[in-house]
Amino acid sequence: MVCESWKAKLDTYLDGELPEQEMHTFDAHVRGCPSCSTDALTRVQMKRTIQVAGKRFVPSTDFRRRIERSITPKPHRSFRLGWMLASATAVVVVIATLTSTYVGSWSGRDQASRDRVFSEIADLHVATLASSSPVDVISTDRHTVKPWFQGKIPFAFSLPELQNSEFSLLGGRMTYLDQTPGAHLIYDVRKHHISVFVFQERSLSLSLKLPASMDENSLSSKQLPFNTETWSQGGLRYFVIGDASAADIDSLAKLFKATS
Amino acid sequence: MPHFDRLYNFACWLTHDRQEAEDLVQETYVKALKGFSSFQPGTNFRAWIYKILRNAFLTSRTGLKATATLPLDLEGEEEILPAVKETPESILLQRSDGQFVQQALEQLPVPYREVLLLCEVEEMSYQEISATLAIPMGTVMSRLSRARKALRNGLRPQFQKG
Repeated sequence: MVCESWKAKLDTYLDGELPEQEMHTFDAHVRGCPSCSTDALTRVQMKRTIQVAGKRFVPSTDFRRRIERSITPKPHRSFRLGWMLASATAVVVVIATLTSTYVGSWSGRDQASRDRVFSEIADLHVATLASSSPVDVISTDRHTVKPWFQGKIPFAFSLPELQNSEFSLLGGRMTYLDQTPGAHLIYDVRKHHISVFVFQERSLSLSLKLPASMDENSLSSKQLPFNTETWSQGGLRYFVIGDASAADIDSLAKLFKATS
Repeated sequence: MPHFDRLYNFACWLTHDRQEAEDLVQETYVKALKGFSSFQPGTNFRAWIYKILRNAFLTSRTGLKATATLPLDLEGEEEILPAVKETPESILLQRSDGQFVQQALEQLPVPYREVLLLCEVEEMSYQEISATLAIPMGTVMSRLSRARKALRNGLRPQFQKG
């Protein structure tokens, strides 16, 4: 039969999976061939019947609710979020107190500015972790995450190699501090999430600059729910913050310092 | 919840049991959430989540049982045969209101049933089906062809009765 070669491809044609040129040729043939057009009609009808018959099972409302409950934040999570926000506020308050003790020579204005920086950083960290999509680039590969920032922020930075370390990279997103664009990276260590923020130092306004004397100091204590560290290197300002131990925060900071 | 209704429908077709299908869908969402970091942005999310559901099914008791009784020549390089003229069948299809088709679908072996459902009900492209079932495109085409033929054969007794 002349049409057998066409009919062998009829299902592929009706599925819309033939190459474009072949689709056009097929269209022309089917229009002019009664045998193939009848066959095509039958198969289309079969496809439609399967489509209707196949949509047979509908989930119950009860099951839908159950799944929604299981995958959306539970009440205790809300409590946790509330606790985190409260903790973040506490961090800000305690940091403000600590810093006023440590740097008594600072003017009131410097102190207020620095408090505001850490308040912003803590807010960014907490708000990001509470978000349903904490990262815009999801990858554990630094060679994927780093290029993602290209063209999005006005500087380049290096990410540390994490092999043989306990840290893993979860991804990154763009962030802003005092209207300055920066990179926000999220790391995981034993189920604790740590944020690393990188900004261009000179882009941050003068009022936000941290004094050099604070650069190598961890701004945390064991009483704080978050540990933080900040330093300036290569014209970039780094902040590390998380609920992991001070040692973990320090280790991650060291990895960055060694890379930058 | 993306694709919830459709995943449930697909799970019911695979398991033939609503309770099992619910467990399967729940397991799928839990695994998808846990393993979301493994999802590559820019790739097909639908194929990814269907693949999770299908893998969960294949490792379930029902899935193992269903796939343990597969015909040996399922993946053979059998020629893709053209369909015979089936105008009377089309009349039957109209008359049956899909009921016979549902029964015939239920009787199909899992690999035929799933490939037909993904193509006709989920309207996935061959490429998406290939990614979901983790089989080459050529196998998608040949398996679809055999599945359609098997479905037509399954409908034939109804046609003879009609």
